[in-house]
Amino acid sequence: MTQLLTASNVDIYYGSKQAVKQVNLNVEKGSVNALIGPSGCGKTTFLRAINRMHDLTPGARVEGQILLDGQDIYSSGIDPVEVRRRVGMVFQKPNPFPTMSVFDNVVSGLKLAGMRDQRALMEIAERSLRGGALWDEVKDRLKSPATGLSGGQQQRLCIARALAVEPEILLMDEPTSALDPASTAKIEDLMTELKKVTTIIIVTHNMHQAARVSDTTSFFLNGDLVEHGQTDQIFTSPRDERTEAYVTGRFG
Amino acid sequence: MAVSHLTPQLTRGGLSRGRKSKNALMGVMIGLGTALVVAPLILIFGFLLIKGVGALNLDFFLKNPAPEGEAGGGWANAITGSLLILAMAAVLGVVVGVAGGIFLAEFPRHRLMPTIRMLSDVLSGIPAIVMGLVVYALVVKPMGHFSAMAGGIALGLLMVPIVVRTTEEVLKLVPLSVREAGLALGLPQWKVILSIVLPAASGGIITGLMLALARVAGEAAPLLFTAFGSNLVNLNPLQPTSALPLQIYIGATSAYDENQRLAQAGALLLITLIFVTSLLARFANRPRR
Amino acid sequence: MNETLPRKVKLPRLSSRGDGIFRTVIIGLSLIIALTFVLSIVLLGQQSWPAIQEFGLGFLTTNVWNPVTSEYGALSLVMGTLLTSFLALLISVPLAIASALFVAEYAPKWLANPVGYLVELLAAVPSVVYGLWALFALKPLFQQVQLWLYTSNPDLTGHCIELFNSNKTSLPCFFMPQVPTGLGFLLAVTILAIMILPFTASVARDVIRLVPADQREAMYALGATKWEVISLAILPYARAGIMGGVILALGRALGETLAVAMVIGNTPEIIKSIWSPTATMASMIANQFGDAREGLQRASVVGLGLTLFFVSVFVNLIARSIILRMTPKGL
Repeated sequence: MTQLLTASNVDIYYGSKQAVKQVNLNVEKGSVNALIGPSGCGKTTFLRAINRMHDLTPGARVEGQILLDGQDIYSSGIDPVEVRRRVGMVFQKPNPFPTMSVFDNVVSGLKLAGMRDQRALMEIAERSLRGGALWDEVKDRLKSPATGLSGGQQQRLCIARALAVEPEILLMDEPTSALDPASTAKIEDLMTELKKVTTIIIVTHNMHQAARVSDTTSFFLNGDLVEHGQTDQIFTSPRDERTEAYVTGRFG
Repeated sequence: MAVSHLTPQLTRGGLSRGRKSKNALMGVMIGLGTALVVAPLILIFGFLLIKGVGALNLDFFLKNPAPEGEAGGGWANAITGSLLILAMAAVLGVVVGVAGGIFLAEFPRHRLMPTIRMLSDVLSGIPAIVMGLVVYALVVKPMGHFSAMAGGIALGLLMVPIVVRTTEEVLKLVPLSVREAGLALGLPQWKVILSIVLPAASGGIITGLMLALARVAGEAAPLLFTAFGSNLVNLNPLQPTSALPLQIYIGATSAYDENQRLAQAGALLLITLIFVTSLLARFANRPRR
Repeated sequence: MNETLPRKVKLPRLSSRGDGIFRTVIIGLSLIIALTFVLSIVLLGQQSWPAIQEFGLGFLTTNVWNPVTSEYGALSLVMGTLLTSFLALLISVPLAIASALFVAEYAPKWLANPVGYLVELLAAVPSVVYGLWALFALKPLFQQVQLWLYTSNPDLTGHCIELFNSNKTSLPCFFMPQVPTGLGFLLAVTILAIMILPFTASVARDVIRLVPADQREAMYALGATKWEVISLAILPYARAGIMGGVILALGRALGETLAVAMVIGNTPEIIKSIWSPTATMASMIANQFGDAREGLQRASVVGLGLTLFFVSVFVNLIARSIILRMTPKGL
């Protein structure tokens, strides 16, 4: 399998405080990768480095190398906008654009970038909404406001919106933490489907979720990547005792 | 807040007669005070309604003022003048005000941010007449004559701090997560601000604009030495122009009954327009379900 | 879903290059705000320079305003501005607080909202409309009172007029009318007080609403009456915020122009009685700038504007610091 993403010696600082230390991580194309660990362990901080969201946080600094398809996304010639186009993101809370309809939300990444072809947009909207397992529920109300959907539907809409620009990697930052169990199950099912079209890196607090959906799991603690491996191995025979303590629920 | 030292005073022997009657008395005083606060509004509106409504006929809207001392005439010059001046003021107020609001809300770490915010606050307190003097020196003097444009600039500059403040406030109400979602789609920041954040805040911004417009629509002082006034309808931005508040000032201080009568009608019109705008703005900003 | 997504869409190329342009435009436009401030000082300073050169700071402390002899000192106008403003505050603050307490603490919702609206509308009434109303509705009433005072004490009236004419006054004369026109200091104060009411009232209402419920409940739990809760818990807590509102209202009052100009009598003299015609800096600008001759007179009038500018900046900065200091963190 090809390495889509390679992080080497990544340090992330907020001002003088170091939040992520010397992280090395490989992500294969078409896999689901879970980042787990207790609150404040640096997993979300690391996730946000992958699409250069830290550029917007004053005082935040990323050092080391993150290669996307062999290209360092932090090298000086690279436009963060281009990186984010290739690396999409779904957030903790559903955040549909408040003034837009369901349809406009899904195609916003294309429409706002200047794409005008209505037929093509419609096609993409349908494909993305199917990809987000939401098409059947919203096909009759594409023109109604997105804020009228339920929380779970909104989150799947956000996934569809991210899919519409066809990202090579989809980052998911605790995408189900604000949702009820039924919606959570739907999104977990969706992730295994999404593997076919993109690569997923998901931060989750929920170890069962990590075990259910991911191919590889990385355990973070205090800014260190303690252990990285196949999900089965991490949950059944962790090499590090801290990992074991965490996955067996002794802390966190 | 140390409450404990008050305890003995409050609990001694139940509710005394004195405390009870003092409580009732203060309640009445507060009610009376409130009545005194709202009374002027009712008195003013009632007064203008009685005195002014009779003169608000078709002539009022279609004719220019009659020569001094003659009966009849209307305020077509002032009505069109107000529209012209306010249109120019609105352009300046919106462009600079919304840009300023965006700057304060979206670039909070910029080193100029605190200065701009402070100056905007301070400018909101500058008396309107002083702004008139400034624009006189800035526009009227170099041009050599009064103009609607000078009036528009004066009112526009008075609008700016109000628009800046409301724009900043409503932009800050748009959750950060919405901005992040836009950026994560690979949209540049300017696109995210203009096409996602600004529309999300548009209701509040429009309310702010309407309130700012309503406020400057009633300003006569800064127009005295800028738009100056004119007895004819003028639609040329470079020529002197009348405006409703200006004409009210001239009419109310005039010695002629006819002018005074028209001034009362004009005041009724102006105050009604301002009230309607203010209430509409408030109503429009109610959160929609 | 067997379909695969990859690379079907031809994306328009995007870059963050527009961000730099956008930022420059936004900052450029925002700088107009700073420019307005700087230009105000420069232009007012330049236009009033002849007066500053001629009179220096004495401009503010001498009492003469004489276009014939080209002597200008603004003391009477400074006094007029300060006295009208402070007296108006004195009248309006208790009323404003009463209405704020009414809206926030006493009135049921169906009454509180309309009263709140009315107070806001009061703030929206233009200065000229206040002036017009004062001129046509209040002035005749004031004149009646003045005439009554005049005629009911003929001896005192005569005595006072002599005093007034020799530019003096006495305690009883301080309450006697100077010229029974209805116009003058007291009418200006009255209309100013009404005009600034809504500013204090709305700030006071907002800060009273911010008083945490537990402050109230703690007092009620001690068996306090409503008034005791207000005077011992709410008002002390809201004091700083109300003060901010009062200072904002003061700024308003100091610069209020046309309503005052229409009713104050426009005489650049220090008041000898509460009824005296006098003038404020702002009313003087409105009245004299248009007719002022180029040169020292115009420069002196602009000098009043420059003074008002600095005074309002100063007052605003104070109000700002008070409000900033008392605003709870995270609000």
